[in-house]
Amino acid sequence: MHYYLDFEKPVAELENKIEELRRLADGRDMNITAEIKKLEKKAQDLRADIFSKITPWQKTMIARHPDRPYTLDYIRLLMEDFIELHGDRRFADDPAIVAGFARFRGVPVAVIGHQKGRGTKERIERNFGQPHPEGYRKALRIMKLAERFGNPVITFIDTPGAYPGIGAEERGQSEAIARNLLEIFRLNIPVIPVIIGEGGSGGALALSVGDRILMLEHSVYSVISPEGCAAILWKKNSNSVGPAEYARASEALKLTAQDILALGVIDEIIPEPLGGAHRDEQKAAEAIGSALKRSLDELMEKPPAVLVEERYRKFRLIGKLAEV
Amino acid sequence: MAWFKKEKNKISKRVKIPEGLWVKCNSCKEIIYRKEVDRNLKVCPKCNYHFRISARERISLLTDNGSFTEIGSGLVSNDPLNFRDQTAYKDRLNESRKKTGINDAATAGSALIGGRPVVIIVLDFAFMGGSMGSVVGEKFTMAAEKAAEEESPLISVASSGGARMQEGIISLMQMAKTSASVAWFKEKGMPYISILADPTFGGVSASFAMLGDIIIAEPKSLIGFAGPRVIEQTIKQQLPENFQTAEFLLKHGMIDMIVNRKELKQTIIRLLSFTAADKYSPKNNEP
Repeated sequence: MHYYLDFEKPVAELENKIEELRRLADGRDMNITAEIKKLEKKAQDLRADIFSKITPWQKTMIARHPDRPYTLDYIRLLMEDFIELHGDRRFADDPAIVAGFARFRGVPVAVIGHQKGRGTKERIERNFGQPHPEGYRKALRIMKLAERFGNPVITFIDTPGAYPGIGAEERGQSEAIARNLLEIFRLNIPVIPVIIGEGGSGGALALSVGDRILMLEHSVYSVISPEGCAAILWKKNSNSVGPAEYARASEALKLTAQDILALGVIDEIIPEPLGGAHRDEQKAAEAIGSALKRSLDELMEKPPAVLVEERYRKFRLIGKLAEV
Repeated sequence: MAWFKKEKNKISKRVKIPEGLWVKCNSCKEIIYRKEVDRNLKVCPKCNYHFRISARERISLLTDNGSFTEIGSGLVSNDPLNFRDQTAYKDRLNESRKKTGINDAATAGSALIGGRPVVIIVLDFAFMGGSMGSVVGEKFTMAAEKAAEEESPLISVASSGGARMQEGIISLMQMAKTSASVAWFKEKGMPYISILADPTFGGVSASFAMLGDIIIAEPKSLIGFAGPRVIEQTIKQQLPENFQTAEFLLKHGMIDMIVNRKELKQTIIRLLSFTAADKYSPKNNEP
């Protein structure tokens, strides 16, 4: 049973009907089979139509879809021989970030990503993919290991943001994020971040600096959540804000993969199966795999000094202004 | 029978207090005579809270008289998102420019501190909460690159609510850009001293502000990643006393020291005498 978002309701109804017919037919009645085929085509067209007119707020919903593949799903689908490594050697292991070694198409890599967790229990355990400072410090530790062994780094980004809590502040959430930003710029190995779901602010950015930045078609990347932005900028008097304001904020923030590419912040959009990555995770993973392979082949040709120099230039140009 | 006659009429005729003659301290909530605060370098005489000061005031406080030469003063935001909430971002910018007399939330340039050439960048909270968009990011990066090129120490003074959301992803990327420029600068072996004033949060604290070789905070400044209200709403608990104050950060090992405003310049001069020692010439050591 699929989980449908509100704007997918028309498709949901149709698909439920198809499901029902299929149960009735059980492969015997040819007439019904033909009917099912027709309805399936209709559902497909309807979905294509809905997805061709998708709004930024709807995209945000897809990026947060509970069935959307997470970091560990893509590691399973894309990599072999994953061996997870734990802990920051300073305070704790943060389950909101997973990290380790794996082989990607024969190449040994370090792979690091936010992990949201499925089902209530795991979600709580993984803090809904919201890291503490120890998560970022673990990520940096593994990146440094990769550098020592000459392995490229692949990161998967999917977080609402870094966790706003007492412990996180006590242990230096700001410093942990800032340190990652600085250190990634010094790494003399290729770094390829892939934004697979929610790119939530500084908590996402701390894993998103790299040489080629890839983004799934229905993922989002933003300085603040639409809800947070609406609460600050669309609040009238003491009235509370709701979905209407969130929709407006998500438009204004230009947070879709398409907007972010147009603003020159990412390098490539990876297409998703119709309806989103969760409709066909195998296909989504294949698309990520081929984009990763292309970038990796290109980057592994470059001498380390060139990588570091180009990485700096790349970010140096974002928001570059001329004096008036 | 009363010993003294109440002069009712006189009381009802209120003396008009000129606007801004008194100020309320953000920390101890005392009402204080403004001139008294001004004379004290804008520090509360009751509780030692350090009021927010403008970039201009900060620069004159820290640098040698007349030594400051500004860079990037003409930089203005090009409103990359064409952002509009209930007001257009462009209008907000114009309003802030009128109010503060500066083009954006950062002022940068070269200067002398105790006779020592430095590059300094100061954020001004009065301009859209000191928020970092493309102009602040660009100015910081220019300052760090200039300091690297001239092999001068780099000094920043932060006072900011964080990233400027009206510039969306471009403002988020300024965190990466400024941190990259700190990495670049640090190759040169010169010190980067980061001063945190009230308040320093979000995208500014989670980038260049926390990357100083030496980090100094003013007393009682609020410093953190997430704002206290966001944390309170998330964890649904009361926050501990002194949470996210400079004193709290010092205790948790996040900053090197807390220094009173009136001792800030001398402290920088002392630190530079150790960290930029190769270029240090005693005869130039006049504050």
